[in-house]
Amino acid sequence: MSVRDTLQLVLFLVILAVSAAPLGIYMDHVFDGSKTFLSPLFGPLERLIYRLIGVDPGEDQPWSKYAIHLLVFSAVSLAFTYAVLRLQQVLPLNPAGQGPVVPHLAFNTAMSFTTNTNWQSYGGESTMSYLSQMVALALHNFLSAAVGIAVAVALIRSLARKEAKGIGNFWADMVRCNLYVLLPLCFIYAVFLLSQGVIQNYLPYQDVLTLEGAKQTIALGPVASQVAIKMLGTNGGGFFNANAAHPYENPTALSNFVQMLSIFLIPSALVYLLGRKVKNLKHGWAVWVAMALVFLVGVMICTHSEYQGNPIYTKLGCSTAANMEGKEARFGIFGSTLFATVTTDASCGAVNSMHDSFTPLGGLVPLVNIMLSEVIFGGVGSGLYGMVMFIILTVFIAGLMVGRTPEYLGKKIEGREVKYTMLAMVVMALSILGFTAWGSLDSAGLAALGNPTGHGFSEILYAYTSATGNNGSAFAGLSTNTPFWNLTLAFAMFFGRFFMMIPMLAVAGSMGKKRVHPGGEGTFPVDGPLFVGLLIGVILLVGALTFFPALSLGPIAEHFDMLRGQFYK
Amino acid sequence: MTMLKLIFRSLIATLLLAAILCGAYPLAVTAVGQLLFREKANGGMIHLKDGRIVGAKLIGQPFTQAKYFHGRPSAAGSAPSAPNGYDAANSSGSNLGPTNQKFADGLKSNIDAVLKENLALKPGEVPVDLVTASGSGLDPHISPAAAAAQIDRVAQARKMSVDEVKRLVEARIEGPQWGVFGESVVNVLLLNLDLDQQAPVAAK
Repeated sequence: MSVRDTLQLVLFLVILAVSAAPLGIYMDHVFDGSKTFLSPLFGPLERLIYRLIGVDPGEDQPWSKYAIHLLVFSAVSLAFTYAVLRLQQVLPLNPAGQGPVVPHLAFNTAMSFTTNTNWQSYGGESTMSYLSQMVALALHNFLSAAVGIAVAVALIRSLARKEAKGIGNFWADMVRCNLYVLLPLCFIYAVFLLSQGVIQNYLPYQDVLTLEGAKQTIALGPVASQVAIKMLGTNGGGFFNANAAHPYENPTALSNFVQMLSIFLIPSALVYLLGRKVKNLKHGWAVWVAMALVFLVGVMICTHSEYQGNPIYTKLGCSTAANMEGKEARFGIFGSTLFATVTTDASCGAVNSMHDSFTPLGGLVPLVNIMLSEVIFGGVGSGLYGMVMFIILTVFIAGLMVGRTPEYLGKKIEGREVKYTMLAMVVMALSILGFTAWGSLDSAGLAALGNPTGHGFSEILYAYTSATGNNGSAFAGLSTNTPFWNLTLAFAMFFGRFFMMIPMLAVAGSMGKKRVHPGGEGTFPVDGPLFVGLLIGVILLVGALTFFPALSLGPIAEHFDMLRGQFYK
Repeated sequence: MTMLKLIFRSLIATLLLAAILCGAYPLAVTAVGQLLFREKANGGMIHLKDGRIVGAKLIGQPFTQAKYFHGRPSAAGSAPSAPNGYDAANSSGSNLGPTNQKFADGLKSNIDAVLKENLALKPGEVPVDLVTASGSGLDPHISPAAAAAQIDRVAQARKMSVDEVKRLVEARIEGPQWGVFGESVVNVLLLNLDLDQQAPVAAK
């Protein structure tokens, strides 16, 4: 890493830390329903929505009701997106004349955007009309982000409550998040992106005659408004096939830096919100530090691997071995490796470089990040409730070690919470490893490979890891626009989203009901270096025990192949 | 509350939120874009004096002739419509892995071609960005080193002095943004337009 790389990294972490408190406090007011400076603007609209959909925002819902309303809302909005994709050829705003999206692809895409995954089996500019992009897809960029944040907020609320029956109101949490948090942030952000050169228009694709006289058709569209929510909502679905590598989505090094920051912005503020709500800011910061440490390790390994690169470059005559395959010149190595780490620590999945072409260990980092359940800041909402899952496990293990009933924030952790937590973890592992085994054995699975042998296996492993983790990035050499892949990936996305979300809502319900005991001397502290260390240890241990065998077949074996100059046909 | 009522509520909520988030919001962004950043928002097209649109500032295009600086190899699109990549309606990287024989073969032929075109360049000096495909396949930039490697060839093809071409290249080097972010780059299309303006060469 150069001096300038280090400077960018320090700047990145400082801005992230400084922004956590103001945004966290603002979100606290929003989700409390108290007045904010935007209430005069959005208050009337908010109340109108409640009236039209017949919701009393003050109604406190028990966790089961909250979960059912969330599920039905997700299902209905999924059906809406499916319908728009199937009918885009007869709907307006289709200057490129895109045909209907085929059923298996439309199903995969609708599931993908509803679950905040944004796995894309299609290329945006060659498949989607402007209307599909704006309405079918960008709608879920907002809604799935708001749903994730709502669940995290409901969980935080329940941890802070005592002997409460409900966990909050799903509709109020979801609507407030959209109107007061996502919408205003996106608007400001989109204007910044415009200033950097991100496009925003409804023009037909432009034909040009290049300087050498060849014909070039340039895809256009309303990109800036969509990129803003794609990053801020940790969705990651690109307007164009090349995602954030495309110069119209990410034109400058500054837009690149801000896009990386915007992925972590809300997740980082939610950690602060946790500390604030449970009246233990030190706990919030301890969790934040644990996240930042794992993040730093990932950045270091990924950056080092890509700078070290592939020995083949220098062997054939290049001046360095730095791996620029699949990376953009304006971002260079560090602007790409930092992005790859951030986008997979969170459940974003936007890419500004092609992970498939990373060196084996460089590509291992994004893969492992997703396998660790994306709790390193994580997706909006999902990162925090995923982290609480690991905290419960950590406190439980610490309790076992000292032989006392485990407690978290003064509440006893009992069999119920641990069972829900383990259910979520086991389903994740089962979905990733089970589907990977299936995809590696089925000829319909193998037909999609873009690279041979060990690297091909990594493509399959990465695909199901990304889908289950609701990340959406890919080793994109894999051609997944087939019924086999579209359907299996859609189910992996479904399991990954709802078999984590619903158990965590159940945990919220049972934690909210509990009494608070004042902590004694034997209580395991959740705000010191011991806690940070143990939490990181548990996260890494669970990940390593589950996935090391699969990783050793893929990227680790390939690393040694690369070093000894072994290539495969 | 019956399930039917809940489904109906979800549908109304979806439509209302779609109107705000997918109607009003992008339209407001479009309005700002068209008012304040009109040229950029519409793609940053470059018009020649005769009105011909020759490309977009941010979108790379294929260059094969000796008199032009060449950009990076591109995996966007494929023959026959885009034999040299840079299909701006099909952005894509190569997605070739580091131990794929195709990657090694492609790299070798790229390096051989660059060495053959630029006789002043020696093995062991080839800038890595000039022989690797970008992530988008539309990368408008190359590194200053990749531009420097081509100066002799371009000067010779245009019967210009090496110093003249060098000056044009240096004028086109964009340093890291704000001195901190990203890498130094040269926009290939803009540089080639400068060349055509300074020293027009008759079309063949």
